[in-house]
Amino acid sequence: MKKIEAIIKPFKLEEVKSALQEVGVEGMTVTEGKGFGRQKGHTEIYRGSEYTIDFLPKLKLEVILPDDMIETAVQAIIRSAQTGKIGDGKIFILPIEDAIRIRTEEHGDGAV
Amino acid sequence: MTHTTRSGRCAWLFAAAFACLGATLHAQVPAAASTKIDSGDNAWMLTSAALVLMMTGPGLALFYGGLVRTKNVLATMMQSFFLIAMISLIWFLFGYGVAFGKGNAFIGNPLSHLFLHGVGAVPDPDYAPTIPAQTFMVYQMMFAIITPGLITGAFAERMRFSAYVAFTALWTIVVYFPLAHMVWGKGGYFNWALGGHIPVLDFAGGTVVHISSGVSALVCAIVLGPRRGFPREPMLPHNVVLSLIGTGLLWVGWFGFNAGSALASGALASSAFAATHFAGAAGGFAWSVGEWIHKGKPSVLGTASGMVAGLATITPASGFVTVPGAVLIGLAGGFVCYLCVTHVKTMFGYDDSLDVFGVHCCGSIVGMLLLGFLASAEANPAIANTFKKGDAVVSLVGGGGQFVNQLIAVVVTAVAAGLITFVLLKIVNAVIGLRVDAESEHAGLDVSEHGENAYNQ
Repeated sequence: MKKIEAIIKPFKLEEVKSALQEVGVEGMTVTEGKGFGRQKGHTEIYRGSEYTIDFLPKLKLEVILPDDMIETAVQAIIRSAQTGKIGDGKIFILPIEDAIRIRTEEHGDGAV
Repeated sequence: MTHTTRSGRCAWLFAAAFACLGATLHAQVPAAASTKIDSGDNAWMLTSAALVLMMTGPGLALFYGGLVRTKNVLATMMQSFFLIAMISLIWFLFGYGVAFGKGNAFIGNPLSHLFLHGVGAVPDPDYAPTIPAQTFMVYQMMFAIITPGLITGAFAERMRFSAYVAFTALWTIVVYFPLAHMVWGKGGYFNWALGGHIPVLDFAGGTVVHISSGVSALVCAIVLGPRRGFPREPMLPHNVVLSLIGTGLLWVGWFGFNAGSALASGALASSAFAATHFAGAAGGFAWSVGEWIHKGKPSVLGTASGMVAGLATITPASGFVTVPGAVLIGLAGGFVCYLCVTHVKTMFGYDDSLDVFGVHCCGSIVGMLLLGFLASAEANPAIANTFKKGDAVVSLVGGGGQFVNQLIAVVVTAVAAGLITFVLLKIVNAVIGLRVDAESEHAGLDVSEHGENAYNQ
């Protein structure tokens, strides 16, 4: 069992969600966040004063999956989130020790 | 025993207050009988009074509130709304007398209209012969409310509420009331129509309202010092939409402010109304295009700021200039204010947080000075034959002579307002302390000064 954390551009959310559903992913968690990497920020001007906005809005998408689904899901995210321009985001894969469904108290792959 | 004494004293105080109020009521009774009141004039002036109140709340409150950060929006709006309460009561107690009562060339007698005594249905023939004195009093009160409100943009996001209360109350009493008396009051030093010494044209408050508050704002920004983190951290407007709604309300209210200053609903009001509108339009256009060329994008906040700049610029001149003159003044206002806000502020590095000086003061200085050249008897025939020096009639129609008069008023207003503001701030700082501490400023004034949040959820 592993976790995929994908930082994506906010406007790509719908495409990524559909692509993951197509490969059989049944649930996910999305968090709105801000950050910067190589893309850097942009400039905003208020009453003639320029401000550099370093932190850009991004979405963090989290999916927990059995090991055998990870590669398919990663490919689905890459396919749907890629624009080819700087700032498309990152994907991180982390090991998960266990998962428990609160309602039934099931453990492991069956719980996700 | 103590209780009885205290309630006895209370009763005595109430009796005295009611005697005063009773005298006021009594004075009004015969007044109702004699009427030269024009119902059209009175209807327009009551409407104008309401429009000018709307400029402070919610107009200015929204305009300023949108420009600050989320954590200070309530405190900023409160600085407009609280003035409606406080200045109205000062006006009721003695303020009207200081501004418009009989007095010398610089100040009215504070005792002349204590508790608004003697201000009733009978028109004051000098000020406005066709409306009840009470309408004139209410209309002028709205000006006294908004003027200190304008200053609050300079010390936004860092001043203690108690210090703000003390400062704006004192400022209104020792700066605004005397200035209003000098320019608009009977026998005021700068009053061109009612026996002044230097005939200054200021229709709706270029000196009295915008230059006085704008210069005082600059002094506040310098004495208080910048907000913590300025200009290193970006301090972005938290909601430009609010500021745009505020701009729209200010513009509509400005018709009451300027066209209402005709104190009647005749041709002069129409002239001032038209001048106001076209100058606001020209100011917005000038700022927008200037910014588009200079920065590559015409910002929405910039366009709104240019509109306010155009309206502030035409304030002294409306009622004295024709529409082409108004367009010229509006364009000049938009352009000059853009330069003041973008260049002058950066050059000197002061934190006039919401650009009170750059927009209101710089704009109205442009308006006052251009008016010296553009004042037209076509817009206002009275300026050609009202002012007398000795026995000779002096025409105040635009030219070098009137320009000098206007310049004197601008300089006197700026120096007097600036110096007195400096002294008041030093006094308030010594007694109360002007700024909140670092922790409160970081948390925001909404929570630290008022115990509230604007946006829960």
